[in-house]
Amino acid sequence: MFENVWLIPLFPLIGFLINGLFGKKIKNEAIIGAIGTLAIFGSFVVSCLILMQMIGLPAEQRVFEKVLFPWIHCGNFKADMAFLLDPLSCIMIMVVTGVGTLIHLYSVGYMHGEEGFYRFFAYLNLFCMSMLLLVLGSNMLVMFIGWEGVGLCSYLLIGYYFHKKSAGDAAKKAFVMNRVGDFGFLIGLFTLYWWFGSNHNIWTINFTEIKAASHLLPYGGVVTVATLCFFVGATGKSAQIPLFTWLPDAMEGPTPVSALIHAATMVTAGVYMIGRMSFVFVKSPETMMVIAVVGAATAIFAATIGTAQNDIKRVLAYSTVSQLGFMFLAMGVGAFSAGIFHLMTHAFFKACLFLGSGSVIHSMHYALHKIHSHDDAQDMRNMGGLKSAMPITFITFLVSTIAIAGIPGFSGFFSKDEILWQAFSNPYHGNLNVVLWGIGAVAACFTAFYMFRLVFMTFYGQCRINSKAKEYLHESPFVITIPLMVLGTLAVLGGYLGMPKILGMLPNYFEHWLEPVFEMANEYGGKYAHHGAHPSHALEWGLMGLSVVIAVIGIGIAFTMYVKNTELPAKFVATFPGLHRAVYNKWYVDELYDFIFVNPCKALGQFLWKGFDVLVIDGVVNGVANVVMAFSGVFRYLQSGYIYNYAFSMALGVVVMLGYYIFK
Amino acid sequence: MSNVLSLTTFLPLLGVLLLLFIPKDSKGVLRNVTLAVTALTFAVSLLILNGFQTNAEFQFVENVPWIAAGPFMMRYNIGIDGISLWLVILTTFIMPIAVLSTYTAVEERVKEYMICLLLLETGMLGAFISLDLFLFYIFWEVMLIPMYFMIGIWGGKNKIYAAVKFFIYTMVGSLLMLVALVFLYFKGMEAGITDFGLLHFFTLKLDLATQIWLFLAFAFAFAIKVPMFPLHTWLPDAHTEAPTAGSVILAAVLLKMGTYGYVRFAIPLFPDAANKFAPLIATLAVIGIIYAALVAMVQEDVKKLVAYSSVAHLGFVMLGIFAFNVEGISGGMLQMLNHGISTGALFLIVGFIYERRHTRLITDFGGLSKQMPVFATIFMIVTFSSVGLPGTNGFVGEFLILLGAFESTLRWWTIVATSGVILSAVYMLWVFQRVMFGELDNPKNQKLADLNGREIAIMVPLIVMIFFMGLYPKPIIDKMEPAIKKLVSQVRVSTPVAQAQSIQPVVALPAEGQAPAPEAGGTHETSAPAASTPQGTTTAPAVNPHDAK
Amino acid sequence: MENLNSYLIVSAILFSIGTIGVLTRKNVIVIFMCVEMMLNAVNLTFVAFSRHLGNLDGQIFVFFIMTVAAAEAAVGLALIIAFFNNKQSIDVDDVNIMKW
Repeated sequence: MFENVWLIPLFPLIGFLINGLFGKKIKNEAIIGAIGTLAIFGSFVVSCLILMQMIGLPAEQRVFEKVLFPWIHCGNFKADMAFLLDPLSCIMIMVVTGVGTLIHLYSVGYMHGEEGFYRFFAYLNLFCMSMLLLVLGSNMLVMFIGWEGVGLCSYLLIGYYFHKKSAGDAAKKAFVMNRVGDFGFLIGLFTLYWWFGSNHNIWTINFTEIKAASHLLPYGGVVTVATLCFFVGATGKSAQIPLFTWLPDAMEGPTPVSALIHAATMVTAGVYMIGRMSFVFVKSPETMMVIAVVGAATAIFAATIGTAQNDIKRVLAYSTVSQLGFMFLAMGVGAFSAGIFHLMTHAFFKACLFLGSGSVIHSMHYALHKIHSHDDAQDMRNMGGLKSAMPITFITFLVSTIAIAGIPGFSGFFSKDEILWQAFSNPYHGNLNVVLWGIGAVAACFTAFYMFRLVFMTFYGQCRINSKAKEYLHESPFVITIPLMVLGTLAVLGGYLGMPKILGMLPNYFEHWLEPVFEMANEYGGKYAHHGAHPSHALEWGLMGLSVVIAVIGIGIAFTMYVKNTELPAKFVATFPGLHRAVYNKWYVDELYDFIFVNPCKALGQFLWKGFDVLVIDGVVNGVANVVMAFSGVFRYLQSGYIYNYAFSMALGVVVMLGYYIFK
Repeated sequence: MSNVLSLTTFLPLLGVLLLLFIPKDSKGVLRNVTLAVTALTFAVSLLILNGFQTNAEFQFVENVPWIAAGPFMMRYNIGIDGISLWLVILTTFIMPIAVLSTYTAVEERVKEYMICLLLLETGMLGAFISLDLFLFYIFWEVMLIPMYFMIGIWGGKNKIYAAVKFFIYTMVGSLLMLVALVFLYFKGMEAGITDFGLLHFFTLKLDLATQIWLFLAFAFAFAIKVPMFPLHTWLPDAHTEAPTAGSVILAAVLLKMGTYGYVRFAIPLFPDAANKFAPLIATLAVIGIIYAALVAMVQEDVKKLVAYSSVAHLGFVMLGIFAFNVEGISGGMLQMLNHGISTGALFLIVGFIYERRHTRLITDFGGLSKQMPVFATIFMIVTFSSVGLPGTNGFVGEFLILLGAFESTLRWWTIVATSGVILSAVYMLWVFQRVMFGELDNPKNQKLADLNGREIAIMVPLIVMIFFMGLYPKPIIDKMEPAIKKLVSQVRVSTPVAQAQSIQPVVALPAEGQAPAPEAGGTHETSAPAASTPQGTTTAPAVNPHDAK
Repeated sequence: MENLNSYLIVSAILFSIGTIGVLTRKNVIVIFMCVEMMLNAVNLTFVAFSRHLGNLDGQIFVFFIMTVAAAEAAVGLALIIAFFNNKQSIDVDDVNIMKW
């Protein structure tokens, strides 16, 4: 089956081509939806077969490379269109195709009746293809196709409602911010390529070849430069500080897009990339520290913003940013498999949350539409008490919320706790580990708080929607709720694949599975780790208990504020108006960027054009012309326009010349 | 078959003869005949492509005496190698498209217009295939005249200003080049060269001071044509005023003359000077990239924006060429082709909406996606090709340029240039958003018709090429690589010479064991390893650069 | 041959008449004929010298000049006609657009 890995990106590509080229003629939503969904489902089936085959193989044979065709061969540089299968990419294709299939299915219901239905499915397929290229690419350049390709699709899908200005702006912002990241990625790629080539005559960008040669890399130095550049790329794609502001704006796209792209798959590309190149990253302690710190900072920063948002999707967006921060924290402390594990569980519960919110919005939208109200269907202040109207949505949403909050027994608990524990116990960053753990724990508390705030505001309490609209609220159709139920189930069960050893009930399959991928990274990391006393089991138990307590505290606060004592939030806002305003306005980061980058660039462009191009350069050019014109303005009077004048001067000239020679 | 190169070049001229016999009122016939001629030329040029052997030598060479005047001996000496091959194909490929785009755009003086187009084609092809410096100069000037008329007669409001500016800018450069050319010829005569044949001059050893002056003269002429900052201001004017087909040809082919001139003439003729000036030119190129991108960002006229984006793209090309390694130059060459295709396509797109609305101001548009979905799709593909999205042609070229430049001594320049990639996304997407997205609020835009069959037929070949070159550039790179390797060896090997000269006037001989090529490469401080490497697979660097031939 | 001088004098007189005619007359046709006269004056000189020097080159030149003159006549008359079509006049004073 390994040989057929190219089928995985091929199916969505075919789906894209069919829907993109002929979708307008097909018109029938059922057929278009079926083509789109089956395309990605086909990939899912192939992925499953590959996974089965890989499970059957011994650990050291689980790497396979398939060269499809040569792509760019030039001088020493060589990049093939080639795919790499290993346990890591295997997990990723499972997540992408699995969650992707569910979201395609969901979209059939959610996008029903939308203008450009075919366009949506075409883009969705194209996105899946790009994402699969990203995770399957066996060299950095194929990864980069996917890397930019997902950016493109994200652009297209955010701008899906292109007639809205905000959608167009958000789409452009997303693409440009991603481009900033891509800039870093490219420089990183160049640095690594150049260093290997010039020092060891290994001209390669192939992951397996770099891995094989990674022992040649020094600790720090050039590796720090390269990896920091790569990390810039990762921050762009995965919405970390400082390039995170595009993600919340990206919620302008249809909700399934938010679920697929901006929660489950694309934004995890940065994490995946670090995992893929862990053997390089880990060689630079400085970069690892930067990653851990940025991850932790993003986790807490985004979580604070999430507490004050009223748009249901925006809360989830900031929650995504924050959760991605956790993943980076994991990567930064060398807990690679924990990071990937959180990536997977997060894909399950966050997709479920987004789709659930989509289901809510769908219903709200319908109800508001029926009474011709222009209230915002996404504003949680208009919701409340939806629990009874939408039971399936509510239950799946609640399950996923519990998962993300980190309550034992649900998937989020296992992955997040693993990250926090490793942040505390991994000895990479000396004493910084306690700080990282602390920040992570506080962020976890915030997570529990804002997620339950969301649940309480949406599903509990009084229904704040217009009473006339109330009766139109309804549960969504099966095509929407089935994906919700599947994802909800996964949000519970997914965690059991990677139970911490200490719980001892099941072996940590997940870590075991990824061991060959991260073996080398762990070995390199071990070289500079601070070897202190190994933390005891008691400590681990203690911390685990503590994080549960923290989560419960967060939930408790949310419960107090939004269910028991509903006037508390207003009081809080009244007490700290400045703080609330700052948080509500996302700490003014957008405004800051406008002030620092966007406006000066425009002003500079204006100046260079009107000032330099027109005044200076053209001024000089036209100035020369004007000087010539001024002189010729005097001489032109010699041209009378009468032929005989000219003829006379000619004859005179002849006479003068003859005279000169005769009388010389 | 052996004359196929001449045939390709002069077929359009035969077409001109044919057009002379067609009455000027039968516009349809004139258009169709021109289209047929250009299409035939393209077909014939495919024979060249088919017969081209993948090696570094000049092929399809024709070499006969032409003018002998006093001490000057000009020959009709033509031939192509991997470098000019693709530019010839690009030219013949773009021409039918350009002709097709004029079917409804030009209604006045159709006959003259078509004659101009065909003359231009002959001029461009001739310049690409000339191996005789004088012949090259003639064709170089031949191109100028039809373009001047195209802008001056069929242009927009400010056409005279733009045409004269274009003409004078180019003329200043080419006159300098002519002087340098004659001077070079006399230098060559001292060394026993008896004609203007380019290949003879490659073997000519000039001292550094002479090289510098000659290089500057050539470089100046080519820099105007590229155009490089700060000699670029004729371009936005010329582009804005030129009719669509004129802009397309100007962008797709004429600008390539400048960069081609560097690759074919300025660099291999004066390698030491080229090495010396590489940092300066790279600096100008990088300034051009950033500068043009910033200026493009604030343009109000779509066409002007595209024109400035050309300046930025050509800046990349220059950076790649002056990296002096296979990756960089290949990238530069690819980027020339890419730019020809994607910017040509952009100008066509601007032409489509201009024909419909007779305005190019961005603010007059908005929300066209709704009304013109096919147009929107095509525009988007071309936009992303111009931005350099992987999978489209733009990426391959840009990537190789940046990679090559990063490997060379131009590392810091590359990092700045790479940020141009961000800016290009900003201005292209911004204009796309303002034209295509948003509310369709201008009533004049609400009745716009989507592209018709002819317009789609124009764009399809370009789009196919965008993806083909993005996904499978191998055949293209393979064909040009040997020629580029040869060029690199011409420049590279001379590097130690230039450095040795600064210390001691005599070229270091290998017997001394002190400065054999690899060693000398080592003195190349910042890129110590880079210099010693890509040569490994090709010919081992000969001791004396010029004897290697 | 001593009567060379008389030939040269005749040709000089003819040439001067032609020159003065070109400079003073306003009618384009007359000017044109004056030009022809100048050409023929030169032809006369050529023939005279050719005979005087016993060298046929001069006479061959005359043939060339005659051919050129014929061509010139054709082009010139065509120009005059075109001019007349535009201005309804063949007066050189009306040909004054060739100035600043």
